[in-house]
Amino acid sequence: MAETGAGQDNKGRALTGRLARNRWLLGAGVLAILAVYFFAGASAYVLVLALAVLAAAAMLPADAEREPADAGAAIEASGLQRLSGEYLAAAVADPLIIFDHSATIVHANAAAFAAFGGLAPGMSLSLKFRAPEMQALLDGILAGEVASDAVDYTEKLPVERTYRVSASTVGHATGLYVLVFKDQSETRRIDRMRADFIANASHELRTPLASIAGFIETLRGPARNDPAARDQFLQIMQNQTGRMARLIDDLLSLSRLEMKPYLGPGTEVDLRQTIDSVIDSLGPLAGENGVVIEREFANAPLVVPGDRDELFQVFENLLENACKYGQSGGRVTVSIAGGEDGQQPGFDVTIRDYGPGIAEEHIPRITERFYRVDVENSRAQKGTGLGLSIVKHILTRHNARLSIKSEVGKGAAFTVHLPAR
Amino acid sequence: MQSVHIASAYDEELKFLSKRIAAMGGHAERMVEQAVAALVNVDHGLAQKVIQDDLVLDEGQREVDDKAIIIIARRQPMATDLREIVGAIRISADIERVGDLGKNVAKRVASVDGRQPNSLFRGIEALANLALTQLKEVLDVYASRSVERIGLVRDRDDQIDAMYTSLFRELLTYMMEDPRNITPCTHLLFCAKNIERIGDHATNIAETIYYIVTGDQMPTDRPKGDRTDKVVLSGTVPAK
Repeated sequence: MAETGAGQDNKGRALTGRLARNRWLLGAGVLAILAVYFFAGASAYVLVLALAVLAAAAMLPADAEREPADAGAAIEASGLQRLSGEYLAAAVADPLIIFDHSATIVHANAAAFAAFGGLAPGMSLSLKFRAPEMQALLDGILAGEVASDAVDYTEKLPVERTYRVSASTVGHATGLYVLVFKDQSETRRIDRMRADFIANASHELRTPLASIAGFIETLRGPARNDPAARDQFLQIMQNQTGRMARLIDDLLSLSRLEMKPYLGPGTEVDLRQTIDSVIDSLGPLAGENGVVIEREFANAPLVVPGDRDELFQVFENLLENACKYGQSGGRVTVSIAGGEDGQQPGFDVTIRDYGPGIAEEHIPRITERFYRVDVENSRAQKGTGLGLSIVKHILTRHNARLSIKSEVGKGAAFTVHLPAR
Repeated sequence: MQSVHIASAYDEELKFLSKRIAAMGGHAERMVEQAVAALVNVDHGLAQKVIQDDLVLDEGQREVDDKAIIIIARRQPMATDLREIVGAIRISADIERVGDLGKNVAKRVASVDGRQPNSLFRGIEALANLALTQLKEVLDVYASRSVERIGLVRDRDDQIDAMYTSLFRELLTYMMEDPRNITPCTHLLFCAKNIERIGDHATNIAETIYYIVTGDQMPTDRPKGDRTDKVVLSGTVPAK
């Protein structure tokens, strides 16, 4: 292999490969040329020339099809072709189904089994996915009209799930097709939450507005000359405008919180002093409701990273709720536990009331916007339905947690765990 | 060569029947789903769409009938094949009825205005979810032929009947509270009845599938129907 000695190993190996593959033909050719030489008595030059031509022919690529075969051999050597399609399918996290030209399942990966259940190879896909849009997708791809296509597919039962389903052919003329399901349920749910929020907010604003409009009509009509009724109506109207103003304030502070989801670094706050000023500011409200706020913590300063105004709002909302809804208990305790050591260094601020408590089924949902355990009571207490969701938002920004413990009839405890530095 | 070719054509014909049934089933599921959504959201456009979609199911049933008759005449099917074909005729008829019931719910959307208490709609929605779950499971069993799951499907009918009975009672109460509720509540009562019937058709389909796969009729200890024939409310109007 003198002419391939320029360091091109691959080429050299390919040439030896060709020589090896053609060895029988080559041998036969050599024999034939030797036979002609001996029997016909041609010159030695002719013999050498004929042998050289034969060797060159054997070294030339045999035909066009040989090249891909060589490439295939190279890939096989790297181990990719030995990789089974099933292993590849199993490595895909989304549900994936391979099927043949009659829409019969050839293979379904583990994610597909988990998502749809009861998928056995040999089962018909069009019997399993009966929704009209899935039928159209399968028909389209099997008829060969398109090489790949995608639709949105929603399963309502047993739980609502939405998938972006894409179907495409596998390779060239393999007669196999693949369906891949991309789960979009979460995105869909968030979209719906946003729509629900707008609907809820406008509903909340509409209720006081409708009552104000009604009273204005009465004041201009039947109650025009009735000073006593006029005073009473104006009072109600003032309450309603107050409610709308509070709601708009809360909405604005929520949207402000959403605008800057991360807390600026480096700000610190004295927790004890913040909580003390919250207690002071809520003193009048507690007095009105006949509730005593009990302070159960030391006077030493407790410094945590955080924004003073925002944390003030957290404890104000929690303490206000405790005074309003735990009114019947007559007292509310505020305690601080923890320190800078331990498993999760930080402080647990617990605000506990001794009122009616919260039923178990409400606790997971209580921080949702406009979620109210008791609509009538909340309205009477001038609640906007946004307080706890603001709390949750601020705490998320502070890397803090809110845990709620309550038993009906025994009051409720809201604990804020604020991490130390 | 010839016989293999004929058998595969026969197989193709049988496959066509089951594929058509599945497509009809998917269509019926979608119709009922949309009819109930139209009712709950007072969506007249969606209701119109459901009413028009019923044509597809009628067409489907006719096609399945024609194909089945042709197969019987041409191939003289025996045993499982014969059961499969007769079963297809029966199932397509049941699915077509489900579509009709869905259409009827959609037609009533115009008569029930949205001022009804929300809890009523929630009840109807829950009832529809139960019926649709049953229909979905039955059609899944048709696809997988795993008859051991059929018992479960049939037991669910009990829940539907209980739910229907409670809705019936609730609607009756609303009508007694205020005579102005009678028109919409009567329509809702019919909607609930329709949905309850969808569950019954699903049970029928389950029995047909059992027959196709095993060749036996299903044991007859099926749950009793709804108890609304016994619901009587006393004549006193509840205090307000």
